[in-house]
Amino acid sequence: MLLCNLVSIAKRVGAPRIVPTRGIPYPTGDPDLGPDQEHAWRRELLERALHALSTPVTEPTVFEGEREG
Amino acid sequence: MRIAHYVNQFFAGVGGEEEAGTRPELRRETVGPGKRLQALLGEEHEIVATIFCGDDHAAGHPEFAADLVARAQDEGVELVIAGPAFTSGRYGLACARVVTAAAEAGLPALAAMHGDNPGVGEIEGIPVVASGETARTMRDSLDRFAEAVKKVAGGEELTPEDGRVNPVPRRNRVADHSAAQRAVALLLARLGGDEEATEIPLPRFDQVEPAAPVDDPEQIVVALLTEGGFVPVGNPDRLESSRASKWVRYSLEGHDSAAAEEFESVHGGFSTQWANEDPNRILPLDVARELESEGAIGGLHNEYFTTTGNGTTVADARRFGVEWGADLHQASVQAAILTAT
Repeated sequence: MLLCNLVSIAKRVGAPRIVPTRGIPYPTGDPDLGPDQEHAWRRELLERALHALSTPVTEPTVFEGEREG
Repeated sequence: MRIAHYVNQFFAGVGGEEEAGTRPELRRETVGPGKRLQALLGEEHEIVATIFCGDDHAAGHPEFAADLVARAQDEGVELVIAGPAFTSGRYGLACARVVTAAAEAGLPALAAMHGDNPGVGEIEGIPVVASGETARTMRDSLDRFAEAVKKVAGGEELTPEDGRVNPVPRRNRVADHSAAQRAVALLLARLGGDEEATEIPLPRFDQVEPAAPVDDPEQIVVALLTEGGFVPVGNPDRLESSRASKWVRYSLEGHDSAAAEEFESVHGGFSTQWANEDPNRILPLDVARELESEGAIGGLHNEYFTTTGNGTTVADARRFGVEWGADLHQASVQAAILTAT
């Protein structure tokens, strides 16, 4: 599965399982957060990644987070 | 049309690796694959000369190409073709040099090799038609090559439909209708349900068959991968910061987190300031270790793979993907998390 910010490109090239991230230079981080919050964000991304890996898909599928707007 | 056909020393029948130093030579006859090629071309086009050179000599003496082309011109040659070189790197490079020298001499030219051959990247504006990966595909490769030769000899542009593996050069021409008329025509086509109509085709990508889901993450080994140019501090294997030609692997044994004094990103496509403050922002090792120790995953693969996905060719990227997949499969890794920048 793929953790990335450029979701439209990931879909276009056919990545089956995609978890969107917040910035190109830090796929599994967010420097705007404090250290604890950033760690929690990274944890959420990886948990979502495991959920994506356990989910059957037939085409490029984006796994959005519940906490995302 | 009178054609000169370039092959390497092996396909010229001179010998294998021990003859790779063979100097450039011209023979007024078809040799090796040129014999079948001539049969496929029929009577309209004649291979009047086979030009060849040892792969090592060709690699070390770029001027061999202009030399051979000049000798071919003395034979009244009107078209220069080279290959098929399959995935042989030096042979592909030699073909690239020969067709480039031909174009510089004002002759039409055409090469045949596999799309992953590094020679493809050395050729600008001259058509390259696909061959298979190895000489086992000679028959099919020559069939396609012959069709392409006929087309190029007829002055036609070779397109991806003909098996062209390198981009078709954009050329200015006067269109039949004004931009406004063409835009409206395209809009009407779109409204009529034609989703494909365009004047600027975008590159097509493979369809990826999604892997089956894992039954239970707690039972499997997961690998971390990244195209973030993510290397040990000092970049010991000199991974490129753009247009990567390779990927590298490093051990994660003994690392509970991606510490700033141990890892860095050398990616040239963005500011690495945040990645290098906390490398877990590229390779989420700290959280992966947590999930491992909690049993949320069965285990973390003890090494990670990385390349730099900045300006990387699709052909190289495809190769990396195939190699990563095979390697992980061999190591019984059942899932991979790839971070992309």
